[in-house]
Amino acid sequence: MRYSGFRVIKEALTGHKGWGPVWRDPEPQPDYDIIIIGGGGHGLATAYYLAKEFGECRVAVLEKGWIGGGNVGRNTTIIRSNYLLDGNEPFYEFSLKLWEKIEQDFNYNAMVSQRGIMNLIHSDAQRDAFIRRGNGMILNGADAEYLDADQIRAEYPFLKFDDARFPIKGGLAQRRGGTVRHDAVAWGYARGADQRGVDIIQNCEVTGFRIEGGKCLGVETSRGYIGAKKVACAVAGSSGRLMAHANMRLPIETHVLQAFVSEGLKPLLPGVITFGAGHFYVSQSDKGGLVFGGDLDGYNSYAQRGNLPVVEDVCEGGMAIMPMIGRARLLRMWGGLMDMSMDGSPIIDRTHIDGLYFNGGWCYGGFKATPASGYVYAHLLATDRPHPTATAYRFDRFERGHMIDEKGMGAQPNLH
Amino acid sequence: MIINHPLLGPRDAAEFTYFGDANLIHRPDGSPDTTGNTSAQFYTYQYLRDNPAGEHRELWFHEGGDRSWLVVTRNTLTHDISNVELASDVARAEGRST
Repeated sequence: MRYSGFRVIKEALTGHKGWGPVWRDPEPQPDYDIIIIGGGGHGLATAYYLAKEFGECRVAVLEKGWIGGGNVGRNTTIIRSNYLLDGNEPFYEFSLKLWEKIEQDFNYNAMVSQRGIMNLIHSDAQRDAFIRRGNGMILNGADAEYLDADQIRAEYPFLKFDDARFPIKGGLAQRRGGTVRHDAVAWGYARGADQRGVDIIQNCEVTGFRIEGGKCLGVETSRGYIGAKKVACAVAGSSGRLMAHANMRLPIETHVLQAFVSEGLKPLLPGVITFGAGHFYVSQSDKGGLVFGGDLDGYNSYAQRGNLPVVEDVCEGGMAIMPMIGRARLLRMWGGLMDMSMDGSPIIDRTHIDGLYFNGGWCYGGFKATPASGYVYAHLLATDRPHPTATAYRFDRFERGHMIDEKGMGAQPNLH
Repeated sequence: MIINHPLLGPRDAAEFTYFGDANLIHRPDGSPDTTGNTSAQFYTYQYLRDNPAGEHRELWFHEGGDRSWLVVTRNTLTHDISNVELASDVARAEGRST
């Protein structure tokens, strides 16, 4: 069933009786060509591109709960490609280009809104660093624009420009950045993959790998053994827990990151603002809530909830840069599990076990990467070669000393 | 979270700075092991983690207090703290002189 304006009108006139389930609920088959573990944004995107771009249709996505219930449902929905390093920027720009046509591509309304993102600058040194980053972005085909304080004042007059500690001196804007309706991303990819024959199997937890002679033959699950030629892990947040079944230790720690939504307000924020110096960023959802977040809690956690000192810290950051936020009441807050890799960049690679592939280590930046992560992972699974934009995301880069240290801090809490 | 400091009693976790897995106590001394590969030792020490979902032994520094290092045993699924020791005691018990 294709969605269209015509279809909406037709259903409206006939009592909405024609809508059906958006994906099937199949029983697992005894074996598949490719099994993807994790029915989140990255896993579903991988399945979608495997079926659509690489002609792989004997594919299953195994999800221990319901699809889209992990980090793709727990983020702050921001898309951008404002990275500096060569190992990162082409990948994230590829992702942003996929975002720009995603709705037409999978025929689902993901509410992609290129409302722009603004990184605020507070000192001369930060201005130099941000302009350098902007140049790096432009060299890789992305857009970047330096704005002085007056230009920012015209767009965001309510910010606190004359703060004693962090006066606003300027900003680096990426106009093509913005926000996306996060749940719709999971649902759109799931629907597109399902239509092309991918089995999406929910309530099916992987409890182990069957590995013989250095080769992965399949997975043990809560619904029995399932064989596969290739097994692809995409469970960022729980990577350590899953890969322990294959006796692998990863360069990853799992930390908790909190996010917050205020009560619904009238349109207030035209785009996304980041106040990196004060660990605060904010945008406004289409329902009117201010969606904001800050820093990691700073200790290993799988609890999907954080503690109050960080709530206070984030709200202080908000009050410092945007004092009027103090009049809004906090409606909801939640925590998500971050796969904190040791250099702050992801891993998309084969493992040392034949037939076992890994995608994880997304730190707190996995949502914006969803389309490209799925595409390049599908490329790796189908061709056994990394996609040209993801050649740096190797397992062995720590051992070789080829870190992609965008900020040089990784999981180390005392560097945040 | 409240950390029950062995010397000072219950203290708010906000007084502490977290450092990471307690295995970071065991920094390789740089002497070749049986394989003769010291860089592999440092790679394992510096980058690889068990990252368990459950009981986790980890280092906390009492920065806003007596500046002692603690080994805290905490459940990463519930944040419950079951044991707190001085890191110096742990290191000595494991054969280190300091």
